[in-house]
Amino acid sequence: MRTAILADIHSNLEALQTCLAHARAQGAEQYAFVGDLVGYNADPVACIDLVREMQAKGAIVVRGNHDQAALGGLCEDMSFVPREAIYWTRTQLGASEREFLASLPLIERRDGCTFVHASAEEPATWPYVISFRQAKECMVASGETMTFVGHVHHQTLYYAAGATTRLFEPDSGVAIPVPSRWQWLAIAGSVGQPRDGNVAAAYALFDSEKRNLTFFRIPYDYHSAARKVLAAGLPEQLAVRLRRGY
Amino acid sequence: MAMDNLAPGSEISGHRVLDKYLEGGMAALYRVAAPDGEIRLLKLPKLGFGSHSSCFAGFEVEQISLSRLSGPHVPHLYASGEHEGSPFLICEHLGTDSLAARIENAPLRPSDTARLGAALAVALSALHRQGVVHHDLKPSHVFFRPGGEAVLIDFGLACHGQLPDLVQDEADKPLGTPAYISPEQLRGRRCDPRSDIFALGIVLYAMATGRLPFGSPTSLAGTSRRMYFDCTPPRRINPDCPDWLQEIILHCLEVNVELRYGSAAQVANDLAHPEQVVVSDRGERRHSRGLHVALRRGWRYLFGLSPGPLPPAAQLTRAPHLLVAIDTADTDENLQSALRRAVKQLAAAAPDWRITCVTVLDPSLLAGMEDAPEIGRSAHTETLIALHHWAQPLELPVEKLRFHVLEGGDAAARIMDYARAHHVDQVVLGARGSSQLRRLLGSVSARVAAEAPCTVTVVRTP
Repeated sequence: MRTAILADIHSNLEALQTCLAHARAQGAEQYAFVGDLVGYNADPVACIDLVREMQAKGAIVVRGNHDQAALGGLCEDMSFVPREAIYWTRTQLGASEREFLASLPLIERRDGCTFVHASAEEPATWPYVISFRQAKECMVASGETMTFVGHVHHQTLYYAAGATTRLFEPDSGVAIPVPSRWQWLAIAGSVGQPRDGNVAAAYALFDSEKRNLTFFRIPYDYHSAARKVLAAGLPEQLAVRLRRGY
Repeated sequence: MAMDNLAPGSEISGHRVLDKYLEGGMAALYRVAAPDGEIRLLKLPKLGFGSHSSCFAGFEVEQISLSRLSGPHVPHLYASGEHEGSPFLICEHLGTDSLAARIENAPLRPSDTARLGAALAVALSALHRQGVVHHDLKPSHVFFRPGGEAVLIDFGLACHGQLPDLVQDEADKPLGTPAYISPEQLRGRRCDPRSDIFALGIVLYAMATGRLPFGSPTSLAGTSRRMYFDCTPPRRINPDCPDWLQEIILHCLEVNVELRYGSAAQVANDLAHPEQVVVSDRGERRHSRGLHVALRRGWRYLFGLSPGPLPPAAQLTRAPHLLVAIDTADTDENLQSALRRAVKQLAAAAPDWRITCVTVLDPSLLAGMEDAPEIGRSAHTETLIALHHWAQPLELPVEKLRFHVLEGGDAAARIMDYARAHHVDQVVLGARGSSQLRRLLGSVSARVAAEAPCTVTVVRTP
């Protein structure tokens, strides 16, 4: 079965629709949304509607730190720009959207895979997997051969080979064999707010029968997404980020 | 474990087991019969008490590599999977014509070393072009097909430039065979195709002299000597080894990867045209260089900045083989200048380039003249001189330039044959506006552009 893993959509409807269309064309039969559906950009309600519809058809959805923040609280751990975006997002969400976000689990395990937004190790504290040690801890806590996360917006593949943990930076569109004798931790990259200098949306596709994983970078209409950010009165830096990719 | 001894007659993936063919430290090979009666080989990892997990890893790596490789230089993979909890591979049975058997008669004649070495370099080039570095090249891993093509086997240590490296490291044990391992592999740097070129140099050395340049060390310290010390020059061991062959061998064995050949295709090209090899100090050396070179290398290792390994795709982009097709009879100086400019730009973009300048001479145009063979020879020499003259204004290092006069009536076909045989990456040629040849034969450039197996740049004057 082919599962599309979409992380950090961040209310970017254009990027989400483009990735979903691409995944469908690649033969995706299952979808996993690994957190941060909202925040930063201008289409929180439309994105939630789309994801909720897909959840009803069996898609996996877990909660991210921005989804959590949109539900309430002071967001003291956030810097000014994301906090502004969260305050704006709160004004857009109705009771049903809030209820949906509140119902999402932090972590979900299915068919030998773990799906979680930040890390399987203490998911509620939202740690960033940015070191070998954190990657190892996440894989150990996950316990499954495949772990899919978001949160860090860079596409990265960690794997445990013997006692050592290694890091691999994937090329777009190359099917990577992921034999079950190794443990794999895939950071899917961000659908709605890429930050590596490449404006293209990022997602990953896992084929459980062939045991391979493909990372993709998909060009989408970021001009429209950026225009909507400005029209909504969100901080200008967020529009610039979409146009620059960092 | 159940799979350790397969009974003759048992079936795996539609193949009937015949007998055990070979047993090594890591795997066992069985001869199996395909449904159509063809004999193939079944490979099983040796598992059981004491077997290391790297055994599994190597097996998995081989399976991934073989399933991604194609062409005549790798054994065909027919089936792979799991049987009773153990992975297996079924691939082509390559017979018994291995380089290990041929090298027993070493030292070989220089022409045989060049022929077998070129076949091996072509196989490596094919592998590198598909993104894979072998990392365990040695005579017992090379077989020959009846047509002379080399086939590489055993991909347990291979690395694919676009895939995660799954080969597991063991403490204090470098990944590779000590006699053939490259200096950078000893430092744990993997996935650079130039590491295979170093191993190719060791194989060539063994063919030319009957000895291994660094012996078969059993300790890490013994293996590490090659990071600092030169080997004995081949001609000191075998005076019959020509200087061009020593030049090629020691060029492959350079400690610093940046000084080594840029691609296996360049080695193959040199082995196919020994007369074109520019012999430098490397080819003339009679003694290994002394302690000062070793100290310099040690200093460089400790304090120097050395760039990380370059995966095959990146390295091959740096080492293109450019073929410049020149019409030495063409007097359009503007076009010739434009052609030279284009060549210089391409060379500037890739540090490890190789440029071959060719022209095509039609022997039939000389037919009917008295003493035609004699005229033909001098015409050949004159054309070669004209080619050198053409290249002079390029002001490029001569050791990276090659010149050939191709013969035949069909210029486009000869150019493309050469490009195919020597793994040319890009053909550069001028478009003749209104030459006689064009009226006579049609446009050479248009045909090459349409049919060549590689990129073609057709240069026109502004």
